[in-house]
Amino acid sequence: MKQELICIVCPSGCRITVEDGQVTDNGCKRGEVYALKEVTNPTRVLTTTVRLTGAEPVRLPVKTERDIPKGLLFSAMRQLDAVTVAAPVRRGDVVLRDVCGTGVSVIACRDVG
Amino acid sequence: MRNVTIIGAGPAGLAAAIAARDAGAHVLLLERAKELGGILNQCIHNGFGLYRFREELTGPEYAGRFIDGLHDIDIRTDTMVLEISSGSVTAVNPKDGLFTVTSDAVILAMGCRERTCGAIGVPGDRPAGVFTAGAAQRYMNIEGLRIGKRAVILGSGDIGLIMARRMTLEGAEVAACVELMPYSSGLNRNIVQCLHDFDIPLYLSHTVTRIIGRSRLEAVEVAEVGPDRKPVPGTEFRIDCDTLLLSVGLIPENELTRAAGIAIDPHTNGPVVYDDMETTQKGVYACGNVVQVHDLVDFVSDEGERAGRAAASGQPEGAYTEVQPGSGVGYVVPQRIRHEGAEDTVTLFFRVRKPCRKGSLVVYDGEREVLRKKRLYMTPGEMEKLPISRELASTAETLTVTMEEDT
Repeated sequence: MKQELICIVCPSGCRITVEDGQVTDNGCKRGEVYALKEVTNPTRVLTTTVRLTGAEPVRLPVKTERDIPKGLLFSAMRQLDAVTVAAPVRRGDVVLRDVCGTGVSVIACRDVG
Repeated sequence: MRNVTIIGAGPAGLAAAIAARDAGAHVLLLERAKELGGILNQCIHNGFGLYRFREELTGPEYAGRFIDGLHDIDIRTDTMVLEISSGSVTAVNPKDGLFTVTSDAVILAMGCRERTCGAIGVPGDRPAGVFTAGAAQRYMNIEGLRIGKRAVILGSGDIGLIMARRMTLEGAEVAACVELMPYSSGLNRNIVQCLHDFDIPLYLSHTVTRIIGRSRLEAVEVAEVGPDRKPVPGTEFRIDCDTLLLSVGLIPENELTRAAGIAIDPHTNGPVVYDDMETTQKGVYACGNVVQVHDLVDFVSDEGERAGRAAASGQPEGAYTEVQPGSGVGYVVPQRIRHEGAEDTVTLFFRVRKPCRKGSLVVYDGEREVLRKKRLYMTPGEMEKLPISRELASTAETLTVTMEEDT
């Protein structure tokens, strides 16, 4: 299968082609590594908010501590919809462990209270 | 001990406050909102601080790193500055009422506000459901409100792209992102991770030509634009949506600056500054997005620190060389380089007018070329940086920064 993608390793933004594990049109080696990861196991850091009680802001910004498979973003959102955090909370506090069975924790991004 | 008053506690003001205190000043930090951090609080996505901390922090985390360092600084939040004039700052808040403080230096760090629907003049109705991208971001990320179910985004700047992803993750459908120019002004990374990841179409060289809806937005009419950026008749099509987000540029908030009689650069709509961030009014400094619209917060913090250090030490006046944008360059900051200064090298910040794959940045003193640097990839979406020696600048009459495309 032939896939085309824009490289985000540097500002040049090469239009890279990947076909049967063969990378072409990449400007550099780093582009090849990026392209192969994107077509085999693309991952993203998820940032969102969860409910917060006992403090002035009603939402607490959170993020996955590491990147998780791109395909799990929406399941992770659904799982986080059930999470409520009570203030006080510190940056780095774990608000959800092992999101979607990835072994990755979701942590608070802001101090509240 | 010098007294320094800082207006605004976003990334620029926070960095300025810490730098001024570290340089021995007594600092008063005034912030209009109830909380410190400015726009960073609502920018919950990551990617902040790559240069400064070698980490990809979220906005609140980046702000938190600076807020942690705010000891021995007098802070007043929920405080609106009404006027600045010759070292005096008049402000109001619910606790102190109206008050005036006098200080040795004032630092302007008010940031930007968004261009609105009125500023770009889209014809049609004015129903509910039309938001600036930043206002929508605040409703969603701070106030936890759902703003709509099916959105169109006008403008492909980074805030618009980030909101496309945010709304999609929160269960809304983003029908399209529409961009007037033939290229996006957003970072490639955001095009990929905010649009491509969710199969959101990007219509380049298109614009919204009509807003349709009685009480709530029902649809927008989109049309292709020609090279003159005017809609091409007959290309109109309709996209049903209940939400239109505008990501069509930022305006530096310089009402206080203008009222104080400080010179404004027509290219940036921000104050004219020296390389130490002093404005044309002695003792008044400026930093961050009130001076120029940055794409990376790391450089906002750097500018804040430069302003903070200079305000704390009170640089002497002296001769300077003017810097101006030439062919292919939209603006240059700083607009003035002092002949005497703490650093031997001054960095010029500017944006090119159009994308260029291979070219050079060339600086002229009148007709004479004094500096030439090759660049592989330039785009208006990314701020260019060009270091220049103070010695070279101080021997020049006027410096003109230009961009030349290789043919």
